[in-house]
Amino acid sequence: MPTNITLQVLRYLPEDGGEPVFQDYEVPLRADWVVLDALNHIKDHIDGTLSYRWSCRMGVCGSCGMMINGTPVLTCAAFLESFAPGPIRVEPLAHFPVVRDLVVEATDFVNKIKDVKPWIVRETEKPLSEGEFRQTPEELADFKQYTMCINCMLCYSACPVYGLEPGFTGPAALALAQRYNLDNRDQGNQERMDLLSNDEGIWSCTMVGECSEACPKGVDPAGAIQRYKLAGAADWWKSLITRKGK
Amino acid sequence: MAYTLHHPKWHRDSKPIFWWVRNWASIAFILRELTSVAVAYFAVLLILVYRALQSGPEAWAALVSMLANPTMIAFHVFALCTLLYHSITWFNLSPKAIVIRLGRWRIPDLLIAGGNYAAWIFISAMIALAYVAS
Amino acid sequence: MNKSNDPFWWTLFGAGGALSAMLVPILLFLIGVATPLGWIDAPSYAAVSGLMLHPIVRIAAFSLISLSFFHWAHRFRFTLYDGLQLKHLFQLIAVICYGGALAGSIAAAYVIW
Repeated sequence: MPTNITLQVLRYLPEDGGEPVFQDYEVPLRADWVVLDALNHIKDHIDGTLSYRWSCRMGVCGSCGMMINGTPVLTCAAFLESFAPGPIRVEPLAHFPVVRDLVVEATDFVNKIKDVKPWIVRETEKPLSEGEFRQTPEELADFKQYTMCINCMLCYSACPVYGLEPGFTGPAALALAQRYNLDNRDQGNQERMDLLSNDEGIWSCTMVGECSEACPKGVDPAGAIQRYKLAGAADWWKSLITRKGK
Repeated sequence: MAYTLHHPKWHRDSKPIFWWVRNWASIAFILRELTSVAVAYFAVLLILVYRALQSGPEAWAALVSMLANPTMIAFHVFALCTLLYHSITWFNLSPKAIVIRLGRWRIPDLLIAGGNYAAWIFISAMIALAYVAS
Repeated sequence: MNKSNDPFWWTLFGAGGALSAMLVPILLFLIGVATPLGWIDAPSYAAVSGLMLHPIVRIAAFSLISLSFFHWAHRFRFTLYDGLQLKHLFQLIAVICYGGALAGSIAAAYVIW
């Protein structure tokens, strides 16, 4: 087995002006190394100017998402050996503006997350004296899958619709909306439906399915959006009837 | 919500028009979406069938001989493959939308899709029998 | 927030997709492949007329044709957006797609009855 592997990393240095350009780095091909280890090796021993985000290095923080050979993955979960003999192409997460090297600007994503009202919305507040909200394991099972999102944005890089229309709310945000819609403590379904049942919300989705393929936590945002479309269509027909009834 | 943030030093890549030819998953997606054209074509064919039926035996015979043309048969074999792709991808995606839970247990995707496939085979068999019997 | 009419078109798309997925492959196989190739004896004009001009079959056929057209319309509209990046022509595309489906449905109704 070869002892080294080449990483082709896309560099973008705004202070130098100009366009992004690939730079080759040769790193040791260790059996237990992931791409993140290789990047840390580059930063520590080869080129300290390389910029990238990472944190937990174990697939729970969502910081280290990048494009590896054109596919969005968490670099802490991508073993070097699976790409041998290489070279491995490392680029910043697609569909987001690049600030520097492998660092992307995530503000649009953060705004979309806020826009779906990701908190328990109540029509009638329950006073403390009445005790806690009760939830059976069955009720938890209804939405638990959608709580697993680590906000890594891989689904946004995988989604061609988001790449074509930056106004699209996007997979993670819509899955998060469903996490609350399906929570028995929440009463915000209609509020979120009014916000998201439009051209920039659920109806831009063409069910490509790449978001669920890319998701490292099995959230299945594509499924969440499909169910949301069914609910949205039912809501639309219901509002048609109730409007006619007036 | 729709305001696109801007900073002069950020680098933004635009998506080329043929972004989808770059990998097999995207090509498969576009092909899947294009199967709707075959669905529309069949609707047109069915209209032609009815038009011939309503016009009389001569028109019907003309349609039958047109359908027997080798080029038409080859085209229909191609269209049939397209439509099979439509059906298979459609039934495989059905579990995404149809979520049925019994207590904590969610009916597995395989069963939902399997149910669709079973219905498909049953209905197709019924139609074929009705056609052959006539 | 503008309330889009997409749910209406999506409902038709879904119904048309499910119906066509179930019915069209076998029908095209019988009409376009098996009978012309002689695998099945061609039914007589009288037999086909009797079957297909039956009122219930006519209603079923019209439903299949119309929903198939609307399935195509909605799906093709988004294929043009995603595949050829033509979203800026959204009004023209909507007219061509949904208008075409409507025209096809009217033609079907005219021919079937």
